[in-house]
Amino acid sequence: MISRNARIAWPLLAPAAVLLVVFTFYPTVATLIDALHSTPRGRRPAEWVGGGHFATMANDPIFRQAFVNNLIYAAVIIPASMGLALAMALLVNARIGGRALVRLAFFTPTILPMIAVANIWMFFYAPDYGLIDQVLGLVGLGGNNLLGMPGTALWALIVITVWKLAGFFMIFYLAALQQIPPALLEAATLEGAGPAQRLRRVILPLLMPTTLFILINAVIEAFRLVDHVIALTRGGPNNSTQLLLHYIYQVAFSYWDTGYAAALSVVLLGVLALIALIQFGVLDKRIHYR
Amino acid sequence: MNRVPLNLIAWSLALLWVLPLLYAIWTAIHPPVYAARFDLFAPLTLENFVRVWNAVPFDRYFLNTLMLVVFVVISQFVICTLAAYAFVVFPFRGSDWLFMLVLVQMMVKPEVLLVRNYATIAQMGLLDTIPAIALPYLASAFGIFLFRQAFKSVPRELDEAARMEGAGPLAVLWRVYVPLARSTYLAYGLVMVAYHWNNFLWPLIITNSVATRPITVGLQVFSTVEQGIDWPTVTAATLLSVAPLLIAFLIFQRQFVQSFMRAGIR
Repeated sequence: MISRNARIAWPLLAPAAVLLVVFTFYPTVATLIDALHSTPRGRRPAEWVGGGHFATMANDPIFRQAFVNNLIYAAVIIPASMGLALAMALLVNARIGGRALVRLAFFTPTILPMIAVANIWMFFYAPDYGLIDQVLGLVGLGGNNLLGMPGTALWALIVITVWKLAGFFMIFYLAALQQIPPALLEAATLEGAGPAQRLRRVILPLLMPTTLFILINAVIEAFRLVDHVIALTRGGPNNSTQLLLHYIYQVAFSYWDTGYAAALSVVLLGVLALIALIQFGVLDKRIHYR
Repeated sequence: MNRVPLNLIAWSLALLWVLPLLYAIWTAIHPPVYAARFDLFAPLTLENFVRVWNAVPFDRYFLNTLMLVVFVVISQFVICTLAAYAFVVFPFRGSDWLFMLVLVQMMVKPEVLLVRNYATIAQMGLLDTIPAIALPYLASAFGIFLFRQAFKSVPRELDEAARMEGAGPLAVLWRVYVPLARSTYLAYGLVMVAYHWNNFLWPLIITNSVATRPITVGLQVFSTVEQGIDWPTVTAATLLSVAPLLIAFLIFQRQFVQSFMRAGIR
């Protein structure tokens, strides 16, 4: 027996449901299946290879490098962009002069396309021409190709990503800061709490739900944002800027090895699933909802 | 408390933050010889922009992006509104579970599934079309989530009053729920305009002609890390491509910032 509500709800849900099935659920399942099959080539259809792709992956130095790079990338970007975002929000929320302009300066990178951001920074980093190399040149350290050296390329990309994300996350912190009742801070001050104590004991705990929200976004971005890799380094030099999604993109659309690309996608899906589990299981319990 | 150091920190950080952009603007509005030389009295020029505009079909790319963004945002409004309305007003057995399933799309963004989605779009015969760029994003979990939150705060009495007057489910949605969620629509709309104006990886894969390529993919031609790059051209092209959104942002700054804030509050 279908309830009255269900009869009305299903037609309303249908468009979203169809699209979600076709572009999220079906491809997720199909990717899992593809990962266990060889890549179909010409007249040869896909064959069952079991864990073959994963065995290949274990011995694939590029995959290993991409995985390690992505972990470094995430481990630096997430705390750096979130810490900066909090600092920015606190600064803009304080009584400083011209705060609308300061806020504008922090927020502007958010609305620029990553590909344009990449171009702007490509020039900023350029050997001899770029501002950074010119400043280094003043102290006799010029002539660096920051994006072209294996030791600095990944860090150059990390700086770009933090630059782009910090202002975006700042907005969420700012919104949360403005929700804190002033009476609460006044009470803390009356109790003799200094600025540091107010931050640690009152503000930060109240910001926890926002911090979690931003954290999840930051993690997703750390595994999703590869536009600047495509624009600036294509994973090079020497795979020093190879990231998981970029490697998937290369394997699928440069080498057309869709079976192996599916197996690599499974790893990425696994990472995201793990993060989702941690989010629901561990972090949610520690947060004091208002 | 002394405000001077706070001001100093805020302003230095702000200056540091806009420096890359200012540096690019400086280069784009000066003749090539001044590309990286600071001379306050260097002659200003728009010549770099003219050269870029004539070299690349930017007008076509802008039109493509505009069509894409309008198509995406309108479709998302319709699809997500209907779904959110169903979840809030017509709950049925299993609908909570279904909503959790929708939220999966928040984690598993279309980019992660691009290999399979490319195959799907190819089977549909939609490769290199603007709907193909839009399709994977239309049933947005984020949109359904936001509209659901907004609809939940609509007073039941208004809903019931409209029904007493004989309005059907869609009429109630249109007359009661949508008008009360107006600010959520603005917030979500602006965030999505920015997102899809700036989206790159999926459009790069799915398009391969001037007639469909959005501006971000068109701009990629200029990002090559090679020796002897014509920097004024690259910076002019980059600034030209971000100009419409940047100018709109500067004019409607308050709305933009508030929209992003609203979209983040749960």
